[in-house]
Amino acid sequence: MDLTELLDVGEAHRAAQKATRVHCCTSTGCRAASAMEVFKNLKTAVQDAGLEAEVEVVGVGCMGFCGRGPLVQIDPQQALYEEVKPEEATSIIDTLQGGTTPALKGDLQHPFFARQVKIVRQHSGKVDPESIEDYISVGGYRSLYKAIYEMSPGEVVDEIIASGIRGRGGGGYPTGLKWATVAKMPGDQKYVICNGDEGDPGAFMDRSVLESDPHLVLEGMAIAGYAIGANHGFIYVRAEYPLAIQRLQKAIQQAKKYGLLGSQIFDSPFDFKVDIRIGAGAFVCGEETALIQSIQGGRGNPIPRPPYPAQSGLWQCPTLINNVETLANISTIIREGGAWYASIGTDKSKGTKIFALTGKIRNNGLIEVPMGITLREIVEEMGGGVPDGEVKAVQTGGPSGGCIPASLLDTPVDYDSLVAIGSMMGSGGMVVMDQDTNMVEVAQFYMEFCRGETCGKCVPCRTGTVQLYALLTKLLKRQATQADLAKLESLCHMVQETSLCGLGISAPNPILSTLRYFNEEYQELLQPPAYLNGKVGHGQVTVSQ
Amino acid sequence: MSVKTLKINGVDIAIEEGATVLQAARQAGVPIPTLCHLDGVHDVGACRLCLVEVSGTRKLLPACVTEVAEGMEVQTNTPKLQEYRRMTVELLFSEGNHVCSVCVANGNCELQDVAIQVGMDHSRFTYRFPDRAVDISHPQFGIDHNRCILCTRCVRVCDEIEGAHVWDVAQRGAACYIVSGLNQPWGEVDACTSCGKCVDACPTGAIFRKGSTTGEKERDRAKLDFLVTAREKHEWTR
Repeated sequence: MDLTELLDVGEAHRAAQKATRVHCCTSTGCRAASAMEVFKNLKTAVQDAGLEAEVEVVGVGCMGFCGRGPLVQIDPQQALYEEVKPEEATSIIDTLQGGTTPALKGDLQHPFFARQVKIVRQHSGKVDPESIEDYISVGGYRSLYKAIYEMSPGEVVDEIIASGIRGRGGGGYPTGLKWATVAKMPGDQKYVICNGDEGDPGAFMDRSVLESDPHLVLEGMAIAGYAIGANHGFIYVRAEYPLAIQRLQKAIQQAKKYGLLGSQIFDSPFDFKVDIRIGAGAFVCGEETALIQSIQGGRGNPIPRPPYPAQSGLWQCPTLINNVETLANISTIIREGGAWYASIGTDKSKGTKIFALTGKIRNNGLIEVPMGITLREIVEEMGGGVPDGEVKAVQTGGPSGGCIPASLLDTPVDYDSLVAIGSMMGSGGMVVMDQDTNMVEVAQFYMEFCRGETCGKCVPCRTGTVQLYALLTKLLKRQATQADLAKLESLCHMVQETSLCGLGISAPNPILSTLRYFNEEYQELLQPPAYLNGKVGHGQVTVSQ
Repeated sequence: MSVKTLKINGVDIAIEEGATVLQAARQAGVPIPTLCHLDGVHDVGACRLCLVEVSGTRKLLPACVTEVAEGMEVQTNTPKLQEYRRMTVELLFSEGNHVCSVCVANGNCELQDVAIQVGMDHSRFTYRFPDRAVDISHPQFGIDHNRCILCTRCVRVCDEIEGAHVWDVAQRGAACYIVSGLNQPWGEVDACTSCGKCVDACPTGAIFRKGSTTGEKERDRAKLDFLVTAREKHEWTR
């Protein structure tokens, strides 16, 4: 395939498209609310109304407003319907002929949509993730062509460096620097790994990207392969994402058929093949060294770094490992240029970030926002605040992150600001909590998660998390003393400073951040419950005479 | 071969390039406690006892896998490291069922040695008293999981030196245990060559030779005869 052929495919596909496209979300979240039935009924309704010539129903990826799924959007009319029930399909199609529908009408001008800046999710909810032609028709694989024919590998790396993008998996390591390191490593065999082992509770950004626009990720991987000199890539997806895996498999097959993956891509000497590896259910395999062990067929245990994967990764070869969202940015950076990308966001955090906005909040769903937006704008304007009551805290970064109190809602969302207040960007989970939430229970929940997910290799993480969980449980039973609280805190620091990998290092964050901002809730648990009027001591229940 | 010079606890040390901080410290006679490290097999950096402070980084680095670098300044025994080491050992003791008085390795146990080295006389953490198994299906050896600290020395020594790979780690987190074969009783694992290297590698009394445990001690009745004869007839021969 050459450029003309690529453009022809897109052109032909656009020409074949009907004037009106009814987009129905067929991703996991909406599927759980019977989106597939809605999709089927919409198709039947179009047939019944005899509109097949001008209307087509397209199954698309995530539109973002997951809390109100299933979502249906009619374009070019830009009519959005929320919480669509299967029986409303017929009337929705009727609106195209002047009819009315009881279906809930959505507002695309609402800040939830209007304040978003979509780079990674630019095609999400607009293209059929199972059709490569749909992706090509919106300019897909043009960046790969541009990289191969108009840029040297070094220039591609320079463009990524210029963009200032940092890893979206949570750590925030500069992506360009990582690429440059792997590119400079000697050796004929290098690998690209796409980390799709998203596992934070409340996070589903990567799932959505993989389900909604798999080709965008594949294109990013191929560009990365070209830039660093790798001919083989792996996508590591957790087994709990069957739809993402299925769509990726299809996407890889389609791209191979068109010669956009495999040997001699675009008839150039550049080869790049992509294989999928499916996780076996371990959260820790999102840690890069554990993920590499897992791909190699070993037990998913982290190993000490250095050597970093860039030096010695998959089968001891230099390996570039990037998160799904990072790789999904690459195609646009190559198309628009690094300088354009760097114009979005803040001084040290460039571009956009997807967040999964969940918890006690009106508007649940996925949002892509420019870095530097404040938590308040996200939670109150876009999210619509807590349904009845006030925000108490926002948890970012999943089990590795911390709880940010409402008083700090004006903090800008960027890597460094979040770390400075004891949380972290993480992969993008954002759980909103209201005044009824007990923060010690929140800390206990995350510690229970870490206790269950630690691989068990290093002592502080394996057994420290168990002891931390036990101490929190003791507190919640009102059996703890001031000494236990001190022990809790010192053990947190010990686990943080001595653990082998990121899981253990960040596991105490939920406790430390709640100790810092909600200390009174811990102190309160050291007292007898208020209804006993101070008549009994710790842990004792005595019946008064 | 090029040589690197570094300072450990303020003392100048020269050692060949590629050596680890642990090797440098041992060469200089600086004690750093270890449990998962075993000369001859690769290091995993799992026990975290050998963590040291290195100037220029806030991270504590495991001496066993950190290569020496020119001009490196290492501190091995700061109050923080002492406290963390003690906590690590406390966590190990609270995690298993380590009862020295009835253990085959009492007096010859690296966990016990480390506890003494870091000054741990009791655990501040709640003892968990886990329900763990003992496997004595092997004709010569046994494994008592109560005493296991999951250092994986047995796993590495069997895989890397004997080449049998009888051992591995099953499950994750607190549920982890050393597994033989395909989660079979040790005695049924065909791959085991009964070489006994795992027994020699085990730092505690977890893997032991049968006949040397308290419960399975073989009574040497002839010894009693010998003692009586010696005392009554002054004949010191067996």
